[in-house]
Amino acid sequence: MQDTFRLRINGEVHAVTVPPDMPLLWVLRDVIGLTGTKFGCGIAQCGACTVHVDGRPVRSCLLPTSAVGEQAVTTIEGIGETKEGARVQMAWLALEVIQCGYCQSGQIMSAAALLAQTPAPDDADIDAAMAGNICRCGTYLRIRAAIKLAASGDAA
Amino acid sequence: MPAVENLSLNPTRRGLLAGALAGGFVLAFRVPAGAQPESEPDQPADEPAGPFAPNAFIRIDPAGRTTLTMPQVEMGQGIYTAVAMILAEELDADFASVALEHAPPNDRLYANPTFGIQVTGNSNSVRAFWMPLRAAGAAARAMLVEAAATQWGVDPASCATASGEVVHAESGKRLAYGALVGAASALSPPADPPLKDPKDFRLVGKSLKRFDTPDKTNGKTVYGIDAMLPGMKIATVAHSPVVGGKVAHVDEAAAMAVPGVRRVVVLDDLVAVVGDHMWAAKTGLAALAVAWNDGPNASVSSQDVWTALREASAHEGAVAKSVGDADGMLKKGGAIEAAYEMPFLAHAPMEPLNCTVRLTPESCEIWIGTQVISRVQKTVADLVGLPQDKVVVHNHYIGGGFGRRLEPDMALTAARVAQAMIGETVKVVWTREEDIRHDVYRPVYRDTVAATLSKGKIAALKYKVTGSSIIARWLPPAFQKGIDIDAIDCAVDMPYDVPNFHVEYVRAEPQGVPTGFWRGVGPNNNVFAIESFMDELARKAGKDPVAFRRDMLDKEPRAKAALDLAAEKSGWGGALPRRAGRGVCVQPAFGSFIATVVEAEVDTSGEVRLRRVTCAVDTGIAVNPDTVVAQLEGGLIFGLTAALYGEITIRDGRVEQSNFNDYRMLRINEVPPIEVHVIASGAAPGGIGETGTTAGPPALRNAIYAATGIPLRRMPVDREVLAGKKEAWR
Repeated sequence: MQDTFRLRINGEVHAVTVPPDMPLLWVLRDVIGLTGTKFGCGIAQCGACTVHVDGRPVRSCLLPTSAVGEQAVTTIEGIGETKEGARVQMAWLALEVIQCGYCQSGQIMSAAALLAQTPAPDDADIDAAMAGNICRCGTYLRIRAAIKLAASGDAA
Repeated sequence: MPAVENLSLNPTRRGLLAGALAGGFVLAFRVPAGAQPESEPDQPADEPAGPFAPNAFIRIDPAGRTTLTMPQVEMGQGIYTAVAMILAEELDADFASVALEHAPPNDRLYANPTFGIQVTGNSNSVRAFWMPLRAAGAAARAMLVEAAATQWGVDPASCATASGEVVHAESGKRLAYGALVGAASALSPPADPPLKDPKDFRLVGKSLKRFDTPDKTNGKTVYGIDAMLPGMKIATVAHSPVVGGKVAHVDEAAAMAVPGVRRVVVLDDLVAVVGDHMWAAKTGLAALAVAWNDGPNASVSSQDVWTALREASAHEGAVAKSVGDADGMLKKGGAIEAAYEMPFLAHAPMEPLNCTVRLTPESCEIWIGTQVISRVQKTVADLVGLPQDKVVVHNHYIGGGFGRRLEPDMALTAARVAQAMIGETVKVVWTREEDIRHDVYRPVYRDTVAATLSKGKIAALKYKVTGSSIIARWLPPAFQKGIDIDAIDCAVDMPYDVPNFHVEYVRAEPQGVPTGFWRGVGPNNNVFAIESFMDELARKAGKDPVAFRRDMLDKEPRAKAALDLAAEKSGWGGALPRRAGRGVCVQPAFGSFIATVVEAEVDTSGEVRLRRVTCAVDTGIAVNPDTVVAQLEGGLIFGLTAALYGEITIRDGRVEQSNFNDYRMLRINEVPPIEVHVIASGAAPGGIGETGTTAGPPALRNAIYAATGIPLRRMPVDREVLAGKKEAWR
């Protein structure tokens, strides 16, 4: 069975006809072609697929498309349009956080959501918000430092 | 080094992608007309007037645009930036405006000098290409200078270069490189161009920003898994869960009933479901409910593997090194003995394995991120029966390699699926479960070691490593006289001055478990065993672990200096809380000298908390020091992850782990502060990408030994042992 859904993604409406239980991750990547959101594990263990749904960080690999409804979806391709997203992206480059980069879409989405919620996070806040995002290259120290830099606004 | 000699000055465009190039010059690959992938970044066409391309790495068009071709692949280690820095340094290019391209498959032009084929691995990109790239840049620069000097009627020696211009200071004349393209192209490359004195370096040695990272912050970077082609289908696969097993039965109708499923491909040892998207493919594969005939490895278990390894380890091995008379010394009595064992490990790069293929009767086109592009090309050409030059391979940024993408199996699997759908384009994506269960695993190793002490130093040391030979499978000509040169790396050249020293290797292949290179390769095993044993010997000798090592490092001053610096910066010897300890590791791995101190604490339940890591590195000239620091930070975390969590186990011939829930990774909340101190050095660059991975586990193990007195001899860390619930394995 397939249904048609009108998804609001990065400010644009995309009509897609897909199975209702199809996770948003695959709609983004394989149907719409927004490949910045990454597949890492498929079981919400690694965070590579993190997107924002009405500003909240969500693992899109387990989010059925039918559950998205009217909510606004923001992906890595659109996060730079938000104040926190732009700050995080700049801080990431200022501290040269990234190595292979594959997990970083998800890291940046989680970090931007953290800053929107908690403008001046401490280490415990960062741990709580970021522990769901695995980085196999081991960029965690720089992620922590870059979140603090982004929070300070000095990277801008 | 073949890549910079005998190359034509008149680059011919496409059609020369691979194979018989009579002095031709290969341009970066282009996607053929009509098949422009939707997600591939545009590559501007060259100026029709023809660029200046004195060698396979450098191309300057008349507009002055400088394009550098990357012989090594970027998988996070920062090699694109390092290669560009080295080339641009000697070329004196305008660094801010250079463009970078992936090299196409071509062993003749882009072979790694160490391996003879295109390989990115063994932490040797900078080591192997340091001089060839410098020579390539210097040759191009010399030709541009000669062209300008001729035009001006002045002595080339009176000209200088900077930021993409030739300058004649006396007359004030200057010409941009672009304006010299035609004249320089008519010149022959100098055989032996003068290289810069390192003191004159403007780029090398500075922490410059990476080229690859901006697009990694906004989703624009295209990895292999992001290849999107018109009409492309997406497939996912299930290989036989037991190596050597075959498909017995599938429920094809159930899979075909899943919305979006287009095709089921059943081969003898694997099945694939092809759909409009990955969800259809995944759901279809589950519905397929494959039954397997498991074959001869059906009953293999981890216990069988260990039993066989221990039996093999009891045999004499091939002698890899023998100095003095270690056997004779040990027979006199008083020998201290130990055995160390290392588990199977999966690579688990964040980008799941994938490969996109379009196969027609006449041609094959492949989109992939690989560490071995020419091997992918050859492997697929052999499978489909096409000449190698009919197989076009588009390489991509790699979402984590760690050795997994030194194998072409994901391309082979995809090409086999494509054989069932000639003329169509199919992207084959492995699930994480398939990745964990169908890896080429870091081998299990067993290391036996015996030593005697005299006056606080090692008098004799006998070390035997037993394990799989990856080299024998992967690079057979390099496996000579029963010695796997990787398996003994950092054993035969361990840094301590021991007068009677003997190293043996016993090859032992685990049944039903394929093995492969894993970040840190042979040194991972040997540095762990030797550095763990050093701490046990220090304790027998009644000496501090740093002092014990230091007293045997007179012949390795770079290692000694690194040890001194790491000890100083870590506060070695300073007070620590109860159940906390510091452990040290010294290693000569990959041509860099590194000392590492890990500070950890162990609670009464056996949980280990990392408190702090301090690392001192002499890697020779650090091309991009910030990258060196980043690679050590990440490499240490990679190694510490394995030490704390990493183990693949086998039951009924099957890998028991499947995803990040049961094959755990360190997360941000578990990672301690890591300080990396880069020692200034004028020596040739060493390798760096794998060094942290070899350093972490022994330093942690020794910290646990210091904290608890328990000498762990197997990895990963066994918390039940640390909690006192069971005996330490001996």
